[in-house]
Amino acid sequence: MAKSTQLNRRTRAAVELAQAENKSQYLAFVLGGEHFAMDIRAVKEVIQYGSLTEVPLMPDFLRGVINLRGAVVPVIDLSVRFGRPLTDIARRTCVVILEVGEAGHEIELGVIVDNVSEVLEIGPSEIEPAPSFGTTLRSEFIAGVGKVGERFVILLDVAHVLSIEEMAALDESANR
Amino acid sequence: MDMDQVKQTFIIEARELLASMEEALLTLEDQTDPSESINAIFRAVHTIKGSAGLFGLDPIVRFAHSVESVMDRVRSGRLPLGPELIGLFLECHDHLVAKLATVLENAPEHPDCQKEGERLMTSLIPWLGASIATIPSVHPEVSPRREGGKDYWHISVRFPPSMFQNGMDPLSFVRYLRTLGQMVSLHSLLERVPTGDAFDPELCYLGLEMDLETDVDRKTLEGVFEFIQDDSRIRIIPPHSKVEEYLSLIQALPEEEHHLGEILVAGGCITPHDLEMALQTQRTEDSQRMIGTIFVEDQSVPSPVVVAALEKQKRFQDKAVNEMRVVKVAAEKLDNLVNLVGELVIAGASAQALANQAKEPRLVEATATFNKLVEEIRDNALSLRMVQIGETFSRFRRIVRDVSRDLGKEIELEIQGAETELDKTIVEKIADPLMHIVRNSMDHGIEPTEVRLARGKPVTGSLSLNAYHESGSIVIEVADDGGGLDRSRILAKAMEKGLVAAGADLSDAEVHAMIFEPGFSTAESVSNLSGRGVGMDVVRRNIDALRGTVEIESYEGSGTTIRIRLPLTLAIIDGFRVEVEGTCYVIPLDTVIECLDLGPFLESEENHLINLRGEVLPFLRLREIFALSGTKPSKERVVVIQYGEVRAGIVVDKLLGEFQTVIKPLGELFRNLKGLGGSTILGTGEVALILDVPQLVNLASQRTRTRTPILS
Repeated sequence: MAKSTQLNRRTRAAVELAQAENKSQYLAFVLGGEHFAMDIRAVKEVIQYGSLTEVPLMPDFLRGVINLRGAVVPVIDLSVRFGRPLTDIARRTCVVILEVGEAGHEIELGVIVDNVSEVLEIGPSEIEPAPSFGTTLRSEFIAGVGKVGERFVILLDVAHVLSIEEMAALDESANR
Repeated sequence: MDMDQVKQTFIIEARELLASMEEALLTLEDQTDPSESINAIFRAVHTIKGSAGLFGLDPIVRFAHSVESVMDRVRSGRLPLGPELIGLFLECHDHLVAKLATVLENAPEHPDCQKEGERLMTSLIPWLGASIATIPSVHPEVSPRREGGKDYWHISVRFPPSMFQNGMDPLSFVRYLRTLGQMVSLHSLLERVPTGDAFDPELCYLGLEMDLETDVDRKTLEGVFEFIQDDSRIRIIPPHSKVEEYLSLIQALPEEEHHLGEILVAGGCITPHDLEMALQTQRTEDSQRMIGTIFVEDQSVPSPVVVAALEKQKRFQDKAVNEMRVVKVAAEKLDNLVNLVGELVIAGASAQALANQAKEPRLVEATATFNKLVEEIRDNALSLRMVQIGETFSRFRRIVRDVSRDLGKEIELEIQGAETELDKTIVEKIADPLMHIVRNSMDHGIEPTEVRLARGKPVTGSLSLNAYHESGSIVIEVADDGGGLDRSRILAKAMEKGLVAAGADLSDAEVHAMIFEPGFSTAESVSNLSGRGVGMDVVRRNIDALRGTVEIESYEGSGTTIRIRLPLTLAIIDGFRVEVEGTCYVIPLDTVIECLDLGPFLESEENHLINLRGEVLPFLRLREIFALSGTKPSKERVVVIQYGEVRAGIVVDKLLGEFQTVIKPLGELFRNLKGLGGSTILGTGEVALILDVPQLVNLASQRTRTRTPILS
């Protein structure tokens, strides 16, 4: 009997551990007064906004390029990408550097956000699927809605929001 | 020792050999004295066979052996090398390439590949003629056998100590020898193995004395040891040799005389009496004589053979010297180096900028010296990546040969400027577009024989590839003497597609450029332009991606020249900085002719023309092209640029001066960007955009033509 309790306890601990591991970390940020979060695995770093070079003849959501320790990295205005006005640059404006794209073909890019607030841990049980209507965002941009305490936060689907294929195609149509 | 790595080296070398074999095969017909090419082909096959044997790659060994046997007949002049045989050898070459590919994948040979190999080997047989039956006697002058002489070869090898370190296995030589004949006896000599601490497990102390009964000739046996012959002691004694020859072997290896003598006696090569005599001679004579002279004196080898052998030895020495001058480096390492040098250039520029700000003379001087050195390092690093375009060009010999045969046309390929150098990365990327252009020229440029005759042209069409340097860029030309582009048909097609307005007055160059429009090359369009499902628009896109331009010069009835202009390198350029609306842009310096104030030279603001000392030039205003907000300053400047035949002015706000710059690609997101060729990082850490001058001029002329309202 003693043996089986021990086993049970061990299993329970393992399950708890697995649950804890199942919790994903999300980087929460504010954009145009709204709270968003994105999977932290795509995030490489967060830097202060500064010395951006605009690239002419590009669609508005492509704000320009910055020098990230010798690499030239494009910067996306998420707000414009969501069909909203240009993000105003303020003291707390940040650029979140992400790595996106398929394995083997990742590229680095930055997105402008008003400010970065915290890192959230959200388990799968606390995530609701994206509402099919009602949001002002395109539904494929939303991976789900996370519940953090009393608050709801929109979890972005980074792969869709920052799809290189789609953004480059937009730029093509803008050029015509 | 990583065997895979050694195998890689084998594959790389085999590929190089095969490439030289193909090259030699294709140039054979044009040469007055083809013997050097024939030798090159023979050497290639022979070496591949030898090294494949070391790795136990039997299919390759067997196949290469058949090819070698036929080739040997050609080399000795017993078989004329006609077009049919060349064709067969080319097929054999392709098959060897295919076999190598399976080695690389470590996969078993594909049944199709095997079948192809057997087919080729069967078709090689008739060319072998009688030589299968009559094995050439190598030493006809050797006196008939003496008593004690045996029917087999005696091979004596002392392997070099560095053998294992070089990735070779003594056993593989034995294994290979056994495929050549019957191993009668084999003695290993272990005298050289030291005891105790002196023994180094990574060194090879082995020596072998072997008796081999075989039908192969001396060259083949020597070939077995080709890879170790430089630093090992190898003696091969043919059958029926005189006893003295065995004795001279003993003399040449004095430290082992006793044991060796016993082995030879045991093998029946010499009698104990002979041995005793030899040892006496050795004591009295100077054993320092050259091996060659011993041989000649002993008359065991006729002197022409010795001369040939010495020559061969010399050739190997020359080759060794050449190899010393060349170091093979992984392409990746080189790219990393160039990237790092790029960073160094940026860091240097930034240090220089700070020093200039600090106005400390000694600091300025020190950074100036530093930057000068950086510049030299940059040039050196870049030159490491430069390769000659010849290799890419010679690939086309084969294509021209094959395609012209398919098309039933006689086409001759002429290659010029093969030694022109350009960046390796560009060479790799230009091969495909070039291929499309060449095929197009052969397919649609050069007319069928009947048409050529009717037009009074020579039956053989000519296609030429040419490369040369011109003002900081490299130009590659593909020219044919075919029918040329049909202006009226292109124009009609363009109007049908809505690319030009009816009645538009276009220059020839503009009309010709139409064939690069997407969709212009579909099969039902103008027949003499359609490709094999490969559009010329793809060609242009590829060349654009390399920051290059392409232009067409065509004369109806007499031929077309397609000219590709490419930058020398993709990594680093000298730039000229200008400023518009507070943003810095970089113009590649090699396109800049001069800089002026706009005011005094302005001819017509409306038509965007300047008067440059009597010459009227069009200009474009960067702020207009890029649709930048803000107002233009009262004093504007013009940068006069030139590329190819085109000259134009670029109007900017301010001139900032020269600047050495590392090109950073803008990446996938900006793939449709027009007028900008990349970006760079300034000394201040800011990103500046590099103008793509030809694209910019194109953009401006397109806008003028379509009359899109220009924002300002």
